[in-house]
Amino acid sequence: MNLLSIQNLSLRINDTLILHDVSLDIAPGEVVAITGESGSGKSMTALAVMQLLPEGSDTTGQITLDGQDINNLTEAQMCALRGDTVGMVFQEPMTALNPVQTIGAQVAETVRLHRPDLDPMGRAAEVLTRVGLPPDQVPLTRYPHALSGGQRQRVVIAIAIACGPKLLIADEPTTALDVTTQAQILDLLRQLAAEDGMGLMMITHDLAVVAEMAHRIVVMQHGAVVETGDTATLLANPQHPYSKALLAASTHHVTLPDTDTSAPLLRVENVIRDYPLPRTKLFQSPGHMRAVNDVSFDIPRGGRIGLVGESGCGKSTLTRAILGLEPVQSGRITLGGDPVFSAGKPNLAVRRRMQVVFQDPYGSFNPRHKVARLITEPFHLLETQPTATERKMRITEALTAVGLSPEDAEKYPHQFSGGQRQRIAIARALIIRPDLIVFDEAVSALDVSVRAQILDLIADLCTQYDLTYLFISHDLSVVRTITDRVLVMKAGQIVEQGDTEAVFTAPQHPYTRTLIDAAPTLPERTEHV
Amino acid sequence: MRRNLIIGGALSALMVLAALVSFVWTPFEHTAMDIPNKLQSPNFTHWLGTDHFGRDIFSMIMVGARTSIAVAVVAVGIGVGLGVPLGLWAAARQGGWVDEVIMRGNDLIFAFPSLVIAILITAIFGAGAVNAIIAIGIFNIPVFARVTRGGALPLWAREFILAARVAGKGAARISVEHILPNLANLLIVQATIQFSLGILAEAALSYVGLGAQPPTPSWGRMLADAQTLVSIAPHMALVPGFAIILTVLGLNLLGDGLRDALDPRLRVART
Repeated sequence: MNLLSIQNLSLRINDTLILHDVSLDIAPGEVVAITGESGSGKSMTALAVMQLLPEGSDTTGQITLDGQDINNLTEAQMCALRGDTVGMVFQEPMTALNPVQTIGAQVAETVRLHRPDLDPMGRAAEVLTRVGLPPDQVPLTRYPHALSGGQRQRVVIAIAIACGPKLLIADEPTTALDVTTQAQILDLLRQLAAEDGMGLMMITHDLAVVAEMAHRIVVMQHGAVVETGDTATLLANPQHPYSKALLAASTHHVTLPDTDTSAPLLRVENVIRDYPLPRTKLFQSPGHMRAVNDVSFDIPRGGRIGLVGESGCGKSTLTRAILGLEPVQSGRITLGGDPVFSAGKPNLAVRRRMQVVFQDPYGSFNPRHKVARLITEPFHLLETQPTATERKMRITEALTAVGLSPEDAEKYPHQFSGGQRQRIAIARALIIRPDLIVFDEAVSALDVSVRAQILDLIADLCTQYDLTYLFISHDLSVVRTITDRVLVMKAGQIVEQGDTEAVFTAPQHPYTRTLIDAAPTLPERTEHV
Repeated sequence: MRRNLIIGGALSALMVLAALVSFVWTPFEHTAMDIPNKLQSPNFTHWLGTDHFGRDIFSMIMVGARTSIAVAVVAVGIGVGLGVPLGLWAAARQGGWVDEVIMRGNDLIFAFPSLVIAILITAIFGAGAVNAIIAIGIFNIPVFARVTRGGALPLWAREFILAARVAGKGAARISVEHILPNLANLLIVQATIQFSLGILAEAALSYVGLGAQPPTPSWGRMLADAQTLVSIAPHMALVPGFAIILTVLGLNLLGDGLRDALDPRLRVART
């Protein structure tokens, strides 16, 4: 008998159809992955099972959980079910935990609510040990802020499994984590599901994670299930065009044109960047944290360099230093021989030769300005402002180059999708034809199919504009296809650098090896679409 | 919930309308005394009755609205005009000494009981509408500085600000071009609330005789005049009292309603 059975579930929120005839089953001990891009209804399906839908929701269809039809349950009965029969793990471990309560208290809370027969604190210690946080190493009295991202996610999992649920729902449980941490959390989830015979509903957009975790896959698009199947079979031979497209986008490769990379452009020499720590003792000078430690590398003209590393390794600090936004404590950063930061001030002559594309397609534009004004912002750097006609020409050129139409100049950013906004961000970087573009996690927030398009666009622009760029990312598969050379950064230092293919096929440094091994991969496919 | 916005807007509009109409028309000359008809209860000739000099209370309320608005507008203007630039400056230099000096200066002003200092200022420089305005205005500066800085700090961490910095724009230019427009909602709401507090402060100063001087009518002084006569002619106290209550209530509701209407986060939560 199935643990969870969803039959013809449809959902309307304020008369907008969100889910359409969704049916799926999960057996005890089975890992089912629901995958699809943003807006496909993955999370809404999970929330429907928990009956935690937003105001104005109207559902039809049947959801049977452990033999109970949950549509007929009252809110009080649902409360008894949530946390007991069903546990849920959320994407962002920092916001899923209450910052002013200890981790022990937060795990014990669930126990106290559902299992009055157990000693709450004792059970909390037990469960935390099970998720790899034994109280003798990580005391129950710790607060969430004192834990790392991976440890926090373990606490969230501990809360979810504290009462021994029959079904565990994990909504993008590793999206906010680094690759090595992700591998550990996935292992833990898999192990818990196998040992306890829990059903695991795993919601993720990452097909590589799915391939490593799930027994079965449910592919969703526009609120409907388009394909269901055994993981190995579906990935090897997808039937529905959308599944095929999704798989193709996930393993997307671009071909970069050849360039002559003899002339050096950006030179980073022995750069050190310290941050002062808060003063802990009154008469002792405050300590400092070395974010970037003696980093040196060159980017030749026409070079396409990747920078990989986990969060906190100093990538962003290095980026800011290169862009001349912050001074460095020692070392030199020069672009074409001129320092980016001289005499305590950013060097404008150098700055106009660099541009940046950020990660967040929503946060990188002033919501109150039109596209024309947004993308011409770098003109501010020029000594002579272009004339009105030239300005117009450049706007048209930049927008056309990134695959938008010149009419888009008169629109506001909120009128565009995430992928289109990232195109606008690239247009803004291109408009003054810089020598160097820094892509700071520029495709990390995008859906796979959109990401594939943006990567194509970058490769295409390489041909047209002879781009030189530094591509910063935590996503190894993306870096592998979009760069010629790669730098691997750990704890403020570059531990390995070399040609991208060489580093990926034969990593020299143990850390690089760990990174590459930890990254989930899709099985090699014999037949290519 | 648009109810707050509509009720608040209507009450505030009524007050502004009364003040504007008073320039061209009032039922009676507001200074005209008519001793034989003093202390009349509301009737068809004198809609809201007359005071102890026989002056028409309705006319005085209308002209008094003018005083209240003038004082509050200028006081809020002082607060916005000085507080917002200071707040922007402090946010742009977050953690630096400029930030420290501005914010600690703010704390200093906050530490004084505002009405007592206002009384002190008017006591030293003489009672009058202008001194009242300055006294109330000074205490609006730290409010706006703090609100502006608080709103600007998270904006400084946003990527579009970083993009503007990469484009070589300086802190002053970014503050005016990018930060200020994104703070407009916050400041409009705060200004509405401060406006109501300004009206209240003006009434309080006038009540103790330190606000607008006779013959300029003021709601606060009308209340003070009514004090001794409250058992004989309660309408003399009730009318300006209600005028103050309804205006302040209206402005507060308007501020609340505006916040709900302008804050995109609340807008998303509602739909």
